[in-house]
Amino acid sequence: MSSSIKISGVDRVYTDTDGVSVEALRGIDLDIREGEFISLIGPSGCGKTTLLRLIAGLDKPQAGELTIDGSKITGVGPERGYVFQQGSLFPWLDIEKNISYGLRARGVLKTKKEKVGEYISMVGLDGFEKSYPHQISGGMAQRVAIARALINEPKALLLDEPMGALDSFTRSDLQDKLLELWKKEGTTMILVTHDIDEAIYLSDRIVIMTPRPGKISKIIDVDLPRPRHRGGVEFLEMRRQILEFFRLAQALPQPEYNI
Amino acid sequence: MDTQTVINTAVLSASPRTENKGQKAEQTAVKKGYRSNTYFLLKLLLTVSGFIIAIGVSLFFPQKAEIVIKDYALSAFGLTLNLTMNDAYIFVLVMLIVIYTVTGLVSAGNKERRKKFCKNAAFRFALGIGLALWDIGGTKLAFFPQPFFPGPAQVIEAYLSDGEYIIQNIIYSLRLYAAGFSCGVVLGVGTGILIGWFPKVYYWVFPVLKITGVVPAVAWMPFALTLLPDTFTAAVFLIVICAWFQIAFLTAKGIQSTPKQSYEAARILGSSQKDLILHVAIPHAMPDIFTGIGSANAMAFTTLVMSEMLGQPGGLGYYINQSKVWSAYYKVLAAIVIMAVLFSFINYIIGRIQKHTLRWQEGVLKK
Ligand SMILES: Nc1ncnc2c1ncn2[C@@H]1O[C@H](COP(=O)(O)OP(=O)(O)O)[C@@H](O)[C@H]1O
Ligand SMILES: [Mg+2]
Repeated sequence: MSSSIKISGVDRVYTDTDGVSVEALRGIDLDIREGEFISLIGPSGCGKTTLLRLIAGLDKPQAGELTIDGSKITGVGPERGYVFQQGSLFPWLDIEKNISYGLRARGVLKTKKEKVGEYISMVGLDGFEKSYPHQISGGMAQRVAIARALINEPKALLLDEPMGALDSFTRSDLQDKLLELWKKEGTTMILVTHDIDEAIYLSDRIVIMTPRPGKISKIIDVDLPRPRHRGGVEFLEMRRQILEFFRLAQALPQPEYNI
Repeated sequence: MDTQTVINTAVLSASPRTENKGQKAEQTAVKKGYRSNTYFLLKLLLTVSGFIIAIGVSLFFPQKAEIVIKDYALSAFGLTLNLTMNDAYIFVLVMLIVIYTVTGLVSAGNKERRKKFCKNAAFRFALGIGLALWDIGGTKLAFFPQPFFPGPAQVIEAYLSDGEYIIQNIIYSLRLYAAGFSCGVVLGVGTGILIGWFPKVYYWVFPVLKITGVVPAVAWMPFALTLLPDTFTAAVFLIVICAWFQIAFLTAKGIQSTPKQSYEAARILGSSQKDLILHVAIPHAMPDIFTGIGSANAMAFTTLVMSEMLGQPGGLGYYINQSKVWSAYYKVLAAIVIMAVLFSFINYIIGRIQKHTLRWQEGVLKK
């Protein structure tokens, strides 16, 4: 299950309490195809989260329009799942109840009870059903967050730096898990990341954004065959190109690109 | 029970089992401290010896002071028993010895409980010695100024002479407390949720709550006594308001501090507005609600006893007042002992409920 998302002419300006306004996004145009894996990369403050929140329906644009499968996005909807950077699990619910939250909230827990165990296994958390979020590691917590979003069978999954807070071993594990789920479910994936390697390893297309005002500067097609090898010649060449682009855009001197 | 085991397994398998290995290594070495059986038996002996000394004092220390030792006829199960206050006191001491011995023997098998029992031994010994000294200073020699400091046996005499009457008063107090406090909790949580959730309600109600909340509930007593139909309702009202304001205040705070991200996550997963209150805001506010209940509970005890002393036809506070009029200080002390036990027990119950409800919090599950 997947869906196409069309973003046209989107502006989003924030005005803070002092009356200073920030152009978080200006004139964003982007077509995301059904079942595509797309990454948004760019330095802090270039509007990646803002764009993702607009797609999720958590926020509204001042100008322009966002549509999903042809219909306008006006609010949140179960066909769009969202994974926050961290700390979005409900601490008062155990892992099983966190994962089944969406089924319960939509009133379908009784009829789809068997899915809960299935999704727990899918993210490799068997045996942790009755643990509480504070008892598990950061990597496990993010897997719970992903399973919790996927159990609603969204057509698009929006991920806001879901691996930003993880160590590199856990991160590459989770990347593979994500690819596996994507292949299995066919969900359209929109991933915000700081990590160029992660973007190349996972995506069909990489959307490069630059700040002040937040806009799309370049879209790169990643036409490398899968499974990809992080040390492959083409892989490294693509990384060099992206780095070069950021250097030209003078947006590079950010310590986040720890490559 | 079942869930507990699963959680434990989960925690164990997440962390390396170094603790287990350490334990085994120590078992093969010489058993030291509380692990050794001789040591444990000595501690058990220490625990009970204080009470044995207290019994000895009660039986063999000469009764110098002129205190009347009356016989009380107790009848139960068709048997009639003639007891003096000293007999009853010794009975209590024997019961303590039995209880502590049984506790000791039961905890012998469990490492943690065994350790705790050994740790408590010195205090329990001192308790027994304290009772013995109190007995000598109070009943035996009347060394302390009388009738203000009666001995332990005299305190127990209050239960022998007034037993049934005391029970009536306990029930009166409990009824008052249960009616007032349960209403207070329900109203407090209810208004707290409304204040925390609806900005309009917050705007109009919160300042009122904040100002009236600092006034001790008993200050309203004159109004309560004149405006409400009977004294019982008046006292219930006072307990209700002292619990209500405090709990509402903290509930509102807990609801308002719910992170925006929790609401967003829930909305994206399909939560309705009602769901956001019931399944996000209220669970998030639970720790604050319990903080409110805890402090409201302490205030409710104060309000309870004060209103009983100032205008109730029953209750432990009333009993204290009545006994004071007759200078029966041993009865005052007897009522205070009951309050200590009763209120501790209520606190214990609330604590257990809290621990169960907040088992998801860090540091609640693990020791
Ligand atoms: N709620 C908000 N209020 C005011 N300014 C905001 C808000 N959210 C984001 N911004 C501003 O908008 C810009 C883009 O933010 P964001 O989308 O979070 O960037 P990114 O996720 O790429 O780091 C930043 O300058 C940020 O300070
Ligand atoms: Mg961001």
